[in-house]
Amino acid sequence: MPAERDAVITGIGLVSSLGEGGAAHLTALRADDFHPVIDTASFPPYPLHPLPPIEFDRQIPKRGDQRQMETWQRLGTYAAGLALDQAGVKGQPALLERMDMIVAAGGGERDPAADAAILTDLPGAADPESLLNRRLLSDLRPTLFLAQLSNLLAGNVSIVHGVVGGSRSFMGEEAAGADAVRVAVARIAAGQGELFLVGGAYAPTRPEVLLHYEMAGQLWKRPWAPIWARQDAGGGMVLGTVGCFLVIESRAHAAARGAAAMATIDRVVTDRCRRRPGDATAIAARQVAALEGHFDPAATAVISAASGAAAPTAEERAWLAGLGLPVRAAATALGHTIEPSFPAALALAALSVHAGRLFPPLEAGEAPMDGPLRQALVTGWGHWRGESLGLVTAA
Amino acid sequence: MAADTDSQGRPIVVVTGIGVITSLGQGVADNWGALAAGRSGLKRITRFPLDGLRTTVAGSIDFVPLEEFSTPALSEAIAAGAIEEAVAMAAVGSKGAFPGPLFLALPPVELEWPQRRALAAASGAEGAIGYPDLLRAAAGGGFVATYERFLFASVGETLAERFGTRGVPIEVSTACASGATAIQLGIEAIRRGETDVALAAGTDSSVNVEALIRFSLLSALSTRNDPPAAAARPFSKDRDGFVMAEGAGALVLESLAHARARGATILGVLEGCGEHADSFHRTRSSPDGKPIIACMNRAIADAGLAPGQIGYVNAHGTGTPENDKMEWQCLAAVFGAAAGALPVSSNKSMIGHTLSAAGAIEAVFTLLSLRNGLLPPTINYDIPDPALPIDCVPNVARPADVAHALSNSFGFGGQNVSLVLGREPA
Repeated sequence: MPAERDAVITGIGLVSSLGEGGAAHLTALRADDFHPVIDTASFPPYPLHPLPPIEFDRQIPKRGDQRQMETWQRLGTYAAGLALDQAGVKGQPALLERMDMIVAAGGGERDPAADAAILTDLPGAADPESLLNRRLLSDLRPTLFLAQLSNLLAGNVSIVHGVVGGSRSFMGEEAAGADAVRVAVARIAAGQGELFLVGGAYAPTRPEVLLHYEMAGQLWKRPWAPIWARQDAGGGMVLGTVGCFLVIESRAHAAARGAAAMATIDRVVTDRCRRRPGDATAIAARQVAALEGHFDPAATAVISAASGAAAPTAEERAWLAGLGLPVRAAATALGHTIEPSFPAALALAALSVHAGRLFPPLEAGEAPMDGPLRQALVTGWGHWRGESLGLVTAA
Repeated sequence: MAADTDSQGRPIVVVTGIGVITSLGQGVADNWGALAAGRSGLKRITRFPLDGLRTTVAGSIDFVPLEEFSTPALSEAIAAGAIEEAVAMAAVGSKGAFPGPLFLALPPVELEWPQRRALAAASGAEGAIGYPDLLRAAAGGGFVATYERFLFASVGETLAERFGTRGVPIEVSTACASGATAIQLGIEAIRRGETDVALAAGTDSSVNVEALIRFSLLSALSTRNDPPAAAARPFSKDRDGFVMAEGAGALVLESLAHARARGATILGVLEGCGEHADSFHRTRSSPDGKPIIACMNRAIADAGLAPGQIGYVNAHGTGTPENDKMEWQCLAAVFGAAAGALPVSSNKSMIGHTLSAAGAIEAVFTLLSLRNGLLPPTINYDIPDPALPIDCVPNVARPADVAHALSNSFGFGGQNVSLVLGREPA
């Protein structure tokens, strides 16, 4: 039953290796024989879903602003602009003044050449600590600090697009993205806000990003394979490039300003466990049981944000098999994108229910769905921690 | 008995436990004693060599033992200390089972030089070393603990596990406003009935060489190194920057109804919160001050108060020339002709700028100021700035009977948050 304080999506800004915008993504996903865009050349042996060609000027008109951002901030700011455009909020000071932003942020980009030069010189230095001080003083670029700072994606969205009602950045990998949406939906339901911009960005085509996950052996290093098929060969993550922002507002607020709702976010729940075998399954089972009666299994599919990391992905696959709904793994198409992985899966879910049908299987292990699609569950199990579940319904 | 809801019909949010660690010491009692005495916790840095550095002073915490130093490791240790004190004081839940969520402000996480050098050494590379060598070393195994330590979720997950908080901990970064944002998230969760109890904490331990140099390159830090205790000089005409500092603050937030029902001691009230982002510049505030003015006004309105009812301001007061000027101008705009008579002091004059933790630590200190009827001073106020005719409670703490106080936090990136705290439920 539609209610005034339902949270509806009125804008989706999605950029990935598949292109930009909702329509481009649906077109790519509906191709008869889906192939992702994979970069195998930049960082062998790691396949990556790269940044697509983007005219950043279209959303970030000042070159000076673009220069102040690392790629993830630039991509996020661009995607935020797309979402604001679609929702009809762009350039509307009265709305932007009270628009609340929740960003799921990582950050921490390095200057790899500077790091390498310092690491090269340290072992031979008479006084390595002194050398480190001197080299950092001369080699660090002051602008890089802000360009890689976690809360500065939000800062740049404020500067470039004028979103100033509120600004919060959540950190914490995948769960941060799910909680960003959860908190926005909860605040709308409680009347603690009417209009939100929620999302994040991730750009992994950098050696220091790969290094972090390689320390835990989490990366897939063979020729690209889709998520579920990858599990039969030991599993692993293929990281992807995504900027994804959603404009989420109360149904009443959208109606009052004549904005078209694409989908309703009925629920987002998040939880955590220590990931002993079966822990995550128990959480997911509780989460979906709480949604019993809120979705019609005959017209519902699952968009999974499974990372590809071996243990959680295998456990999620087994749980999803028991659920018996058609499943699509978003990371097969987009790559795994850490902070924005849940918002991006939610975006694909919203686009799909809005279109009224699910895109075809992305690999042999996914079942076709011929009937109409009205609702979608979105799963977000972090590669290390955090289990999230969302439900969206066609508006 | 007064109602359990505020003038807008929302659950009143009270504080039933506080904990704090700063360079002044561990625990509420030691910190308050030092603040009331106007003592500085700032000192010459000993954690790393100071060769070539223009700034050699910080408020580092060197009395907490760690197996291996890193920013997340120390952030976690001091957050745990502050939370333990707050939870024990609140006496809510049972050990290891805190009955609410955790909102945690903490600094962004990235691999640090000791770990990067360990990877370089493990690569066995001789001569030029690059990321391909580090990647090869990482693939060789032995670095899983480093990976976990430097995940953004690592500190929050460990604390959630230790204190048994409910659900996913929310780690928040709004730069120097982070601690206040964590409290704001807790207030909102209680007001919307999502929980009766919440834990809000802020922690920061960024005194490492690269972070110091980064702030130094932004010309944000004081270079008045000698004596260290005189480096942080908020509102003084000769202020020249902030002093990096470490610390953690924690607050147990609770609905008044819940606190009353269990007979908890109420330490104070979180009456209101407000925020407003700035779209002007990455490190500078709008020259017209509108975002900060709107932020303070929103917080005061959210508390159902008028500016004239605020009796004390715990300033952001970093001691940078620009911040203090801007903060005064905005206070003058919000409080009008009364601004000059309003006591406004900066804890940062004594503890330095605890960055992500500042909003939480200073909320704890603001509550103590209300509760103890004593306003901590702004020390090192030697040369009044004629451009800032502010009553900064110069140099000596001042007894004052204050019912409502404002605590300001303004971050790089334009993220501004103000909190209104009250002494007791209306």
